[in-house]
Amino acid sequence: MISLTVNGTTHQTEADPDTPLLYVLRNDLGLNGAKFGCGLGQCGACTVLIDDKPVFSCLLPIAALSGRKIRTIEGLGTGDKPGPLPAAFEAEQAAQCGYCIAGMIMRAQALLERNNRPTETELRAHMATNLCRCGTHMRILRAVRRAAIVMGGGVRGDPQSAL
Amino acid sequence: MSGLSRRQLIGSGVLVVAFSLSRATKGQELDKKPVLAGSLEKSPRLESWIRIDAEGRISVFTGKAELGQGIKTALIQIAADELAVPPARIELITADTRRTPDEGVTAGSRSLSDGGSAILNAAANVRMLLTETAAWRLLTDADKIELRDGAAYAPNGESLGYGELAAMLSLRVEARPDVPRRDKGTRLIGTDLPRVDIPAKVSGGAAYLQDMRLPAMLHARVVRGPSDGTRLKAADVDAVAKMPGIVQVVRDGGFTAVLADQEWRAIKGLRRLQAAGWTRPGVLLPVEDMAEAIRHLPAQDVPIFETPGAPPPPDGKTVKARYARPCLMHGSIGPSCAIALWENGGVTVWTHSQGVYPLRKALAELLRLPADKVRCIHVEGSGCYGHNGADDVAADAALAARAVAGRPVRLQWMREQEHGWEPLGSAMVVELQATLGSDGRIAQWRHDVWSATHSTRPVSAGGLLAGREVEPPFPAQIPRPIPMPEGGGHRNGKPIYVVGNAKGVYHFVEPSPVRVSALRSLGAHMNVFAIESFMDELAKAAGTDPVAFRLAHTVDPRARDVVQAAADRFGWSRRMKGGDGRGCGFGFARYKNLAAYCAVAVEIAIDRDSGEARIPRVVAAVDSGEAVSPDGIRNQIEGAIVQSLSWTLHEAVPFDTTRRTSFDWSGYPILRFDGVPDRLEVHIIDRPRQPFLGTGEAGQGPAAAALANAVADALGTRMRDMPLSPEKLRTVVRKA
Repeated sequence: MISLTVNGTTHQTEADPDTPLLYVLRNDLGLNGAKFGCGLGQCGACTVLIDDKPVFSCLLPIAALSGRKIRTIEGLGTGDKPGPLPAAFEAEQAAQCGYCIAGMIMRAQALLERNNRPTETELRAHMATNLCRCGTHMRILRAVRRAAIVMGGGVRGDPQSAL
Repeated sequence: MSGLSRRQLIGSGVLVVAFSLSRATKGQELDKKPVLAGSLEKSPRLESWIRIDAEGRISVFTGKAELGQGIKTALIQIAADELAVPPARIELITADTRRTPDEGVTAGSRSLSDGGSAILNAAANVRMLLTETAAWRLLTDADKIELRDGAAYAPNGESLGYGELAAMLSLRVEARPDVPRRDKGTRLIGTDLPRVDIPAKVSGGAAYLQDMRLPAMLHARVVRGPSDGTRLKAADVDAVAKMPGIVQVVRDGGFTAVLADQEWRAIKGLRRLQAAGWTRPGVLLPVEDMAEAIRHLPAQDVPIFETPGAPPPPDGKTVKARYARPCLMHGSIGPSCAIALWENGGVTVWTHSQGVYPLRKALAELLRLPADKVRCIHVEGSGCYGHNGADDVAADAALAARAVAGRPVRLQWMREQEHGWEPLGSAMVVELQATLGSDGRIAQWRHDVWSATHSTRPVSAGGLLAGREVEPPFPAQIPRPIPMPEGGGHRNGKPIYVVGNAKGVYHFVEPSPVRVSALRSLGAHMNVFAIESFMDELAKAAGTDPVAFRLAHTVDPRARDVVQAAADRFGWSRRMKGGDGRGCGFGFARYKNLAAYCAVAVEIAIDRDSGEARIPRVVAAVDSGEAVSPDGIRNQIEGAIVQSLSWTLHEAVPFDTTRRTSFDWSGYPILRFDGVPDRLEVHIIDRPRQPFLGTGEAGQGPAAAALANAVADALGTRMRDMPLSPEKLRTVVRKA
């Protein structure tokens, strides 16, 4: 039995200790946000926050996670009261298939919590870990810029790219 | 019905009689064969598309599927607009073989032209019936009835709700093609209704098939070799069957699936079975250059077009060029998934296939069931961009679940299975030759394209991976060229430009050395890349501006408008002079020469040290006919451009003689946030009341060509072989 603290609630799980966190989140806790994309830490669809840092939940066995602070997109707000990033993604209609989006939001959340005034270059470099195949990148960037303002900061234009 | 007066209707006593009279009238007109809109031609009954219950709830049925392209929202907009109700009053039911019309596959950018037009016309018919029924009951004339918010109002203020009206009429009638569209009141078509699927997608809601959890559901993995064409060696099945949580290892000939109580345990079982190693039983692959191999394999010659004209002048300037594209992957971020449940001697399959009806047919054959014992229900998956593993995994799940009737089985492919087994977009070669007359116009044109098929979508059991693995195996499907005007490898193989003495030939390579099928825009990506690159080469030979050269060969006014709009918005005439790694390029096409028009202008800056291309700016203009959802069109075109930039700059499936050698994203790099354009604008030319032309695939070719033309402008060197990778660009930029 391993105990996991997810979005502020502690859960006991009987899953095998080598089970990556992703499968426990999805199948045992019924949280849909983190997605299976590659199982290899290459695409970021499974991104969640552990102790406020973005990690690939498809790689981390639960045995290593007792007592750590795990956060998923479900912890960023509710349907009626979405957090700044989910609200911004909805406002910008920043999804096509949307399979990557929960991972994108969690990665952006980690950045904006640490630095709500990143430069455009920093924003792009930070988000470059996560893959989107529909080509929704421009809208995702717009959504993060919008959320940065709501979170009291803003993305600073990079003179090199004339943004 | 419109020919009958209200008194005649009341006199007839029963409304249904009036409809049958109306049918009789139509029967006479039928000699003239009026054509019903889009998919209505195949499913003409109104009740197939629209039902209204006694409470006034409206159900709209579509055989098209949401693939992330926003089709649900657009179809709701169309139905709500025509029925004069708020969109929230409409429940849309998508592709389900038990409930919705058969609209084939959701592909070819045809969802709005096929399905949208059908729903528009069906809704117009229903609105007419509601109006006329209301007029009959409220003792007024149909043209005095006002519809709003789900009720019909007479001038005296009396009203009847749609539910009450629906109870008085039958929708079990065929649509009439000539019912006019609603021309009063506020419009929903042309507005940016927020997408109905987005809230769940940005909040961790249940949005995908992958998120479905049915009671007592088991998890499964299919067991295969590393890629298409390989086979696993015999594995120690008994040892795996004894692993914790393993419920069963299902085998049928070469088909193997492992079922477990927990997903991770199924994966551990899979890994153990894969450890046995693999072989390649068939012929080895021609690996050195897949496009070059395709160019020289046996092919069937299929004419694309032939336009007569005077022979070119003997002193004309002849230009030749050869362009190539490697095999490309769909590369959905979420590997394919399906859930199957056997009950009562039949099976229900939840699938993200693009074609639930064709899949049902193939599954029925595979499972040796009558078609009515197989139900395929579409649930959204990860974006597909064409024929990926969706159909195959549905068959895998159905076979795996057969062993545990009564329990749903969820089977998802692993990343390396999607990379290794999905059908690829074929490698292609295009050779172009043209002669310029002394007037600087094109006087002769020849287009040759070599490609394997662009559709192996399953229509029989042999079109599914598992169908070839079970014992006895089903015969493989033999692909045939998709006929023009849509075309497969020859899609957009005819230039939109006015050129005489022109000819195109499709060299259809069959069999293909590797598994290939439909990838977004099929051959259009390559043909437009080649034609539009070549137009720039010709413009250079003619000493003319590339956009001016295009316009000089364009008569279609809508084509001219789109080219001009993109050029104006980009500031084409004021653009910087190309050179020193910086430049601008233009690309244009009308998708399939019958759908949406799209022009793209790109500015590029290539880093001298790394060869990395930075894209400061992209401007596109698009005419998709009547714009149902302008923001939906922008979203699709933005996506098409970014995806096409990724294909064209970075992507190529590598092989060795036995298999694909890209098993994951490390071996198949795609565009990331640090490589997408700094700015990207899409301008829509709306054409109210013109037919819907579709949007999804219109940008792939023009974006690829605009990029290649920008590279040529920046480097002074034409690059004709995709991908225009940083390594290649680095080599050229250092020589420049």
